[in-house]
Amino acid sequence: MMQEIAWQLSLVLMTLVAFGFGFVAINSGVREEDYTPLQKRAYRIRSKLFWTLVAVLGPVMIYTLLDLPYGATRAGNKAGPAQVVEATGHQWRWELSRDRVVKDQPVEFRVTSADINHGFGIYDADMHLVAQTQAMPGYTNTIRHTFTADGTYRILCMEYCGIAHHNMMAEIKVGSL
Amino acid sequence: MANYTYEHTPDRGATAYVLAYLGTAGAVLLLMMLVGLLMRLEQAQIIGMGANWFYELMTLHGAGMVGIAGIAGAAVMWHFLRQYVDLSPGIFMANLALFLVGVVMIIGSIVFGHFHAAWTFLYPMPSKSMGMWSQEAAALFMGGLLVIGVGFLLLHLDIARAIIARYGNFARALGWPQLFGHDDGNAPPPTVVASTMVTIVNIVGLVVGASILTMMLVNLYMPGFDIDPMLAKGMIYFFGHVFINATIYMAVIAVYEILPRYTQRPWKSNKVFLASWTASTLMVMFIFPHHLLMDFAFPQWMLIMGHVIGYLNTVPILMVTGYGALMIVFRSGVRWDMASRLLFLSLFGWAAGAMPAFIDGTITVNYVMHNTLWVPGHFHTYLLLGMVAMVFGFMYYLGRPTQHAPDSWLDRAAFWGFSTGALGFTLSFLYAGKESVARRYAVHLPEWLPYDRIGSFCAALVIASALLFVGRFFSRLGAAGRDYPRAPLAQGAAA
Repeated sequence: MMQEIAWQLSLVLMTLVAFGFGFVAINSGVREEDYTPLQKRAYRIRSKLFWTLVAVLGPVMIYTLLDLPYGATRAGNKAGPAQVVEATGHQWRWELSRDRVVKDQPVEFRVTSADINHGFGIYDADMHLVAQTQAMPGYTNTIRHTFTADGTYRILCMEYCGIAHHNMMAEIKVGSL
Repeated sequence: MANYTYEHTPDRGATAYVLAYLGTAGAVLLLMMLVGLLMRLEQAQIIGMGANWFYELMTLHGAGMVGIAGIAGAAVMWHFLRQYVDLSPGIFMANLALFLVGVVMIIGSIVFGHFHAAWTFLYPMPSKSMGMWSQEAAALFMGGLLVIGVGFLLLHLDIARAIIARYGNFARALGWPQLFGHDDGNAPPPTVVASTMVTIVNIVGLVVGASILTMMLVNLYMPGFDIDPMLAKGMIYFFGHVFINATIYMAVIAVYEILPRYTQRPWKSNKVFLASWTASTLMVMFIFPHHLLMDFAFPQWMLIMGHVIGYLNTVPILMVTGYGALMIVFRSGVRWDMASRLLFLSLFGWAAGAMPAFIDGTITVNYVMHNTLWVPGHFHTYLLLGMVAMVFGFMYYLGRPTQHAPDSWLDRAAFWGFSTGALGFTLSFLYAGKESVARRYAVHLPEWLPYDRIGSFCAALVIASALLFVGRFFSRLGAAGRDYPRAPLAQGAAA
């Protein structure tokens, strides 16, 4: 799950940063008067760190661009024609052209708004976010998603839209029609 | 390579203007922290104020924190920059006066007009309230932001004037002759380089912000004057991103100026430093599409640009400023007091917060984490544990009674309370984001409450510590205005 990766990776990186600061704090007490040799060594280490950062983050940055949610490629390799759901956000409800879809078959959500900005977030039965896009007046954003498990999915609003923002929910049932 | 050695610079006390800024910042910061705590307590279902109050307080908290971060950052920048260029105290105070006028307008719109469209005022929400607030309330809020923006614009124009008068142009103030030519060791000091960067980006950002606010004010009373929602969103996030990031770039000047005095080691503008600040000048302005990654209709090349710059932007933070602090502190004999501790902590907070931030800027991650509590998780890390810690460190530095005055056990306890509280507070947000808890919800689902309760406890710890920090600053205002050496000599340093 992407969220788990993001969390673990953040913890590791933040811990590494903490380790660096902790190490220096512990080694700050006894002074080395001549700063120049220290500086030269530190610059050498920095160069290595920089290239390590480039070598690690560079490929990650590029690799993560290979599966963007914007084009028709996502869920495109799944069998069958896309099931189209027209979704329109209103203050404070979702209007869906259908609320039942079949699993293992791509679903195309065409998302827009009738009034102000909303966010169309699809949550699974365990209340984990599986996909989202913004619902904006005058524009249609299309999500292509293939559900792989039966169940009741919830649509939550992901962009603050006023007093009942937190109540702006709808349901989509995934299963046999 | 130019030979860089530490040169002692006289330690000037803060002017009454700077103290007015910092006093305002301390008071408003505490108030906004309390508002934030109330929001977390409401989400944790420990108190029950209702959604209306929650969203009003949320709007106040956002606008108040962004504004006061600007004021605090400007105080740090102005205090140190006036060592190098001739700034106008009149303009500086005009900005504070306009800020206070704007604050009164914003508070009026929220408290009396019940405006609650969030500080980001996304078009066309202010004009479509479903009867929850009036047009006048929306106009008062946006007018308040506009007044504050005009004040900051005046301040930055004055800073631009002063920098150009001293250095000739922005290119020289950014050290381009040394960056692109021979480094003769005479590049402008870090304070000037950072101030130039902030001035450039904030002038552009504030003009864009003022433009969209003006357009929306016209639209409020002339609905026929239609605005493209995507254009409006792009302009709002451009302004918002630049302004809030500039507050960190202003506050970090305290680190550049103060840590060398504690370590008796130089923090000079060498080629790497200059390159990173020039790169940051561009990146801060071009990174804003990372706020729009879930707007699929936005030009895709701009979204990819936001993704890529999100990664690149971590390099100057980690490799130049963060690493630079580690370099001058390592085996320096630095004496750890409240100022040096907080400033060192602040760079940890900034660097650590950049980690979940760039991860969130990855498009595929953003697809499942945008507008969850992951977002306040990362920005509170680099703002609270970073930017705010820089300001508190600066306040402690100014207020040091003597060069060798020891800190009380209470201050030390508050430092650890602040550090652990802030870390726990931000991690509770990040963990909740990992669990897909949506952002800006007045009412949370039962399974989300544990994170809210941990977050509330940690927030209370942060506020208790901050109360002592700010109280200590107010009690030392007299010392803060005097000229005398504040930083203790490093252990073992040649006098």
